[in-house]
Amino acid sequence: MLKIASKTSGIIILTTLALVVIFLSIEAVPAIFASQDALRDQIPWFANSGDHNIWQYSIPLLFSTILAALLALLIAVPLSIAVALFLTYYVPKRISSVFGSLIDLLAAIPSVVYGLWAVAVLVPRLSGVFNFLSRNFGWIPLFHGPVAEPPRVLLTVSIVFAVMVIPIITALACEIYSQTPHLNTEAALALGATKWESIRLSVLPFGKSGIISASMLGLGRALGETMAVLMILSPGHSFSLSVLMSGQHQTIAGNIAANFPEAGSLGVSALITTGLVLFLLTFIINFLARKVVDLPLKTKRRKK
Amino acid sequence: MAEKESKKELKKKLKKKEDKKAAKREKKSLMKLQRMIVTNLDVYYGDFLAVQDVNMEIRPKAVTAIIGPSGCGKSTFLRTLNRMHEITPSASVQGSVQLEGVDLYSDDVDPVEVRRHIGYVFQRPNPFPHLSIQENILAGIRLNKQKLSKEEENELVISCLKNVNLYKEVKDKLNQPATSLSGGQQQRLCIARAIAVKPNVLLMDEPCSALDPISTRSIEDLIVSLKSQFTIVIVTHNMQQAQRISDWCAFFNVTATGEPGRLVELDKTDTIFNSPNKKATSDYINGRFG
Repeated sequence: MLKIASKTSGIIILTTLALVVIFLSIEAVPAIFASQDALRDQIPWFANSGDHNIWQYSIPLLFSTILAALLALLIAVPLSIAVALFLTYYVPKRISSVFGSLIDLLAAIPSVVYGLWAVAVLVPRLSGVFNFLSRNFGWIPLFHGPVAEPPRVLLTVSIVFAVMVIPIITALACEIYSQTPHLNTEAALALGATKWESIRLSVLPFGKSGIISASMLGLGRALGETMAVLMILSPGHSFSLSVLMSGQHQTIAGNIAANFPEAGSLGVSALITTGLVLFLLTFIINFLARKVVDLPLKTKRRKK
Repeated sequence: MAEKESKKELKKKLKKKEDKKAAKREKKSLMKLQRMIVTNLDVYYGDFLAVQDVNMEIRPKAVTAIIGPSGCGKSTFLRTLNRMHEITPSASVQGSVQLEGVDLYSDDVDPVEVRRHIGYVFQRPNPFPHLSIQENILAGIRLNKQKLSKEEENELVISCLKNVNLYKEVKDKLNQPATSLSGGQQQRLCIARAIAVKPNVLLMDEPCSALDPISTRSIEDLIVSLKSQFTIVIVTHNMQQAQRISDWCAFFNVTATGEPGRLVELDKTDTIFNSPNKKATSDYINGRFG
């Protein structure tokens, strides 16, 4: 009985996945095989981009999407780990459970609300920080100026993404860290480890694969996030790394949402093609994450 | 002339005596190095008094076994000897535990420092699963921020592994994960890890209870061979084991659940098993309860 049930569920999941791919592919066909002239005639935003075919059009979008999501993870993962460790190992149980449920609440806030908050509160306050970054670290390509004013730029989007995914990653990390076997932590403590050392020696290695999975969930949300991009970003179409300049980037999800209402049939097909690209990207990322998680134990000598 | 000679002789004799005295003193101080004295120790979990009023002396370079029925606080007591007890939230201790005359519970003593000097081996083998065999042994050294050259590290690893009779079995796979070893091997690795930091005292909490008879045998042999270097305290509820390996034996008992455990009797192992002073001890030894 259980065998049948689990088998059918497995098959259902796989068919759904396959159907999504098939749907996206079929819908994408007109745009993929359309001539350059047809695309330019029928889709104004495609004509503006000056690209030759739909793949060429997709790649800068893909680039911006990945860039925004990676920057968001770069901000969110360390913070989430720190918060999770703090809640699991440094705070009395009562307080940490209160904080834990607050964090779960944060995860439930809709992204429009985060977007509104970002536009009203975050954007005006960030320009000082960004100017500082650009002035002092402008030699890093990421922080090239001039800083847009107001800073409706990709880094702002990344920060909002980070705020959105921190609750998700933190909640999962808390769960993972609280399951570290006592024996491992005590083994470290019995050797004369301080609390932090015992965490480094037992909790962090134990949680590594779980944290990677949690980050991937966060990454998934960041890749697909639409509202915040639409509300914050002043869009562009390039491979620029300068995340402080405006008019440089647009994410796939943001682009679809922005252009969909005005799109004709070929336009819709073109947008769906970019959606297919995003789908493939998440697929590949998940696959790679699986690989990383399953990576055999490193037995090489730790470098010191 | 004769007088002079006799004087000389006397001086010589005196000097010899002095030397002997000095040697004795030195020996004594060395012996003292690993002696632990427990006075009026009460152990609490929150408000619950788990172990009451323990007074005992743990002899240096000898194996002291702690026996008693389940729930009498043997393990709890053992954990107070290197301040592992206070890791448990709300756990606390009153009284004193001294090592070399230093009270481990005085305010200026850091529990982390205490645990560096008093090693602990757990009931279940618990090597760090993400580290190799070699790295497991070096883990304590790394924590102590001791800088060792690669040769010194290798030497230490080999000597520790030889010390726990594991070297022959693992010499070709020092870089493999510790979890690739069998349970008994893992437990010996854990002992090697504990002695790598050269502790004064080694505490063991039923180190064989999760192991098969053959591994148990090898750990027991190991404990006996290690007592020339370390003071060892071992908790066991296997009385035969206590009889086989210990020099001193402490019997803990609890009158009823909810009551605190107490030290009933501490004596030479022979005495405890052949002519105990207290009736409870002889009842337990002879299997009338527990």
